[in-house]
Amino acid sequence: MHRLNLRRLAVGILALSLVGAACGEDSGGGGALDTDADLTTQSLVISNWDAYTPEGLIPSFTEATGVDAELSLHATNEEITAKLIQSDGAGFDVAFVSSQFADQLNQAGVLAQIDPDFIPNMANLAPEATDLVGIDFSIPYTWGTTGICYREDLVSSAPTSWNDLLDPADDVKGKVTMLQTDRWLMLPAQKSLGFSVNTTDADELAQVQDLLASAKENLLAYDDVTFYSRLVSGEAALVEAWDGWCNYGIAENPDIKFVVPEEGSDLWADTMVIMKSSENLEAAHAFINHVLEPANHAQVAELVYYKVPNPGAMALVDPGLIAQFPNLGMSSADLLEGEQLRDLGEDNQTYTDIVTEVVAG
Amino acid sequence: MRDRAAALERAALLGPGLLYAGVLLVVPLGLILVYAFLTGGRFGAVDTPVTLDNVQRLGEPVFRDVIFTSIGLSAIATVIALFIGYPAALAISKLPRRWRTVAVICVVLPFWTNFLIRTYAWVVLLNNEGLINQLLRATSVIDDPIALMNNRPAIVLGFVYAYLPLMILPLYAAIERLDPQMAEASTNLGADPLTRFRTITLPLTVNGAFSGCLFVFVPSLGNFVIPELLGGGKTATLGTLARDQFLKSFNWPFGSAVVLVVLVIVFVIVGVQNRIASRIEGTNMKAMP
Repeated sequence: MHRLNLRRLAVGILALSLVGAACGEDSGGGGALDTDADLTTQSLVISNWDAYTPEGLIPSFTEATGVDAELSLHATNEEITAKLIQSDGAGFDVAFVSSQFADQLNQAGVLAQIDPDFIPNMANLAPEATDLVGIDFSIPYTWGTTGICYREDLVSSAPTSWNDLLDPADDVKGKVTMLQTDRWLMLPAQKSLGFSVNTTDADELAQVQDLLASAKENLLAYDDVTFYSRLVSGEAALVEAWDGWCNYGIAENPDIKFVVPEEGSDLWADTMVIMKSSENLEAAHAFINHVLEPANHAQVAELVYYKVPNPGAMALVDPGLIAQFPNLGMSSADLLEGEQLRDLGEDNQTYTDIVTEVVAG
Repeated sequence: MRDRAAALERAALLGPGLLYAGVLLVVPLGLILVYAFLTGGRFGAVDTPVTLDNVQRLGEPVFRDVIFTSIGLSAIATVIALFIGYPAALAISKLPRRWRTVAVICVVLPFWTNFLIRTYAWVVLLNNEGLINQLLRATSVIDDPIALMNNRPAIVLGFVYAYLPLMILPLYAAIERLDPQMAEASTNLGADPLTRFRTITLPLTVNGAFSGCLFVFVPSLGNFVIPELLGGGKTATLGTLARDQFLKSFNWPFGSAVVLVVLVIVFVIVGVQNRIASRIEGTNMKAMP
């Protein structure tokens, strides 16, 4: 942990000095932000997931600032991260990535340090959000946690622990799914055994692997995308789910409920990052500022049914929506009980290997 | 002069095809061959320390299991497709001329639909709350749903369904090419239908059968959609392994090593098939007038 901080500090200093050096060159990319920059001469290329940007967000931004912004789509974190690292951020100005990938991008030296002076709306962020690791290069867009999504009418008793998923009761054996993405596949086992979601201890990981292997026998499937449909159709009774995605199921069947198991869970955040190589840094900051406007940020919550780390925005969200999807009303303090997913550096490969072996087993 | 013209003509006819095959097949495969022996960095970086690590890693028990599982599933699917496809091709060849065309179109028709949609149709049919289970429960044949998918039999079913047309068509083509006089001659000589099939039809269509088998086995080996959708993501195959390495872990060298294994398997099978086919051809030559 201690070493990691020093390394990041070193990268940060290096990045800043590079920025400082670039300043003297008047080369466009990098450099301190110019308060008198003419935004109308700037343009943005923004990369986000499909259906994750409210329709009116970019047009309203262009109208307010005169900046032309183009939306590019990426399907997964891995895809956009690999692209940005290989090209050193070229071709993009702003990207939406999950926080552990923002971590990786920052370590690779691809991200610009965010200048809070150019994002006055950062004051709208929940105080807990500004405490998140990585706030100096990534601004949270949505956040949430992972838990168990289940059909109240199909289970004999409501689940309270990750073990209800890993070692299901007889009546739900074979009607259980887990998430397929590495970090979230490991999560239930890690939490059930009382380990950190960022553990790299070989002993602990071996125990996690064993638990996952035994859990596989009672699984219906590993599913990242259609798990909530399986709940709606009744094919599954109990699934591991992100809180926002569980809401998509609840929307179709009100018998579906969401619970964060008692052993605890993660805190994930999808964040906005700016490329260091961007020639439109002022416009990029202005865009993030625009998103953090409560009225705009509330649209995000109403579009994707995720929580946004902006109390002003959450207050604007249709109360009917919060009544329908109780996890939208989860408090920031409760969310922060979750453990923030961090990038694991070289150990990412270890996690992938474990998952490969569990699935192949 | 004529030789040069002939050579130019050959070059002009072969050129585009060779260029296509060269640029789009040989070069990428060559790249994979090279990558398989390099070291993977993070996010798709490929570094130079040349190493056998990737290939050696595939020898570990867990990956050996993946290889044998993939070969097994593909082989079973191929045999089933052969047993369905051969009678189907025979039946089509015996139809009146006009109906034959309709039948062939029916066989090819699924290919006009998106592969993913075709596979998903099976999800709708097979899942625990799907049409088949609903029908069986509605008619009181069963009380609880049967697990028709999210398991290995469903993967085999998916392979058979997806690639059956590729088995039927070469077989049908081979059967069509049979000289009807041979069948007549054998009947005149006293052969019953079974003997005729065994000694005339079967040996002369073996090449078509081999082609069909290859067309089912090879795509099945590398397929990653069907183990995912119909297998519930619970079975790792060479296809899913390669996909995960390239798209999730971005460990291209290891992914390339996996692809290399697939290529080796395919080459071995094609080689064996050629040997057997030429031996049978040899026998056929003796039977030819």
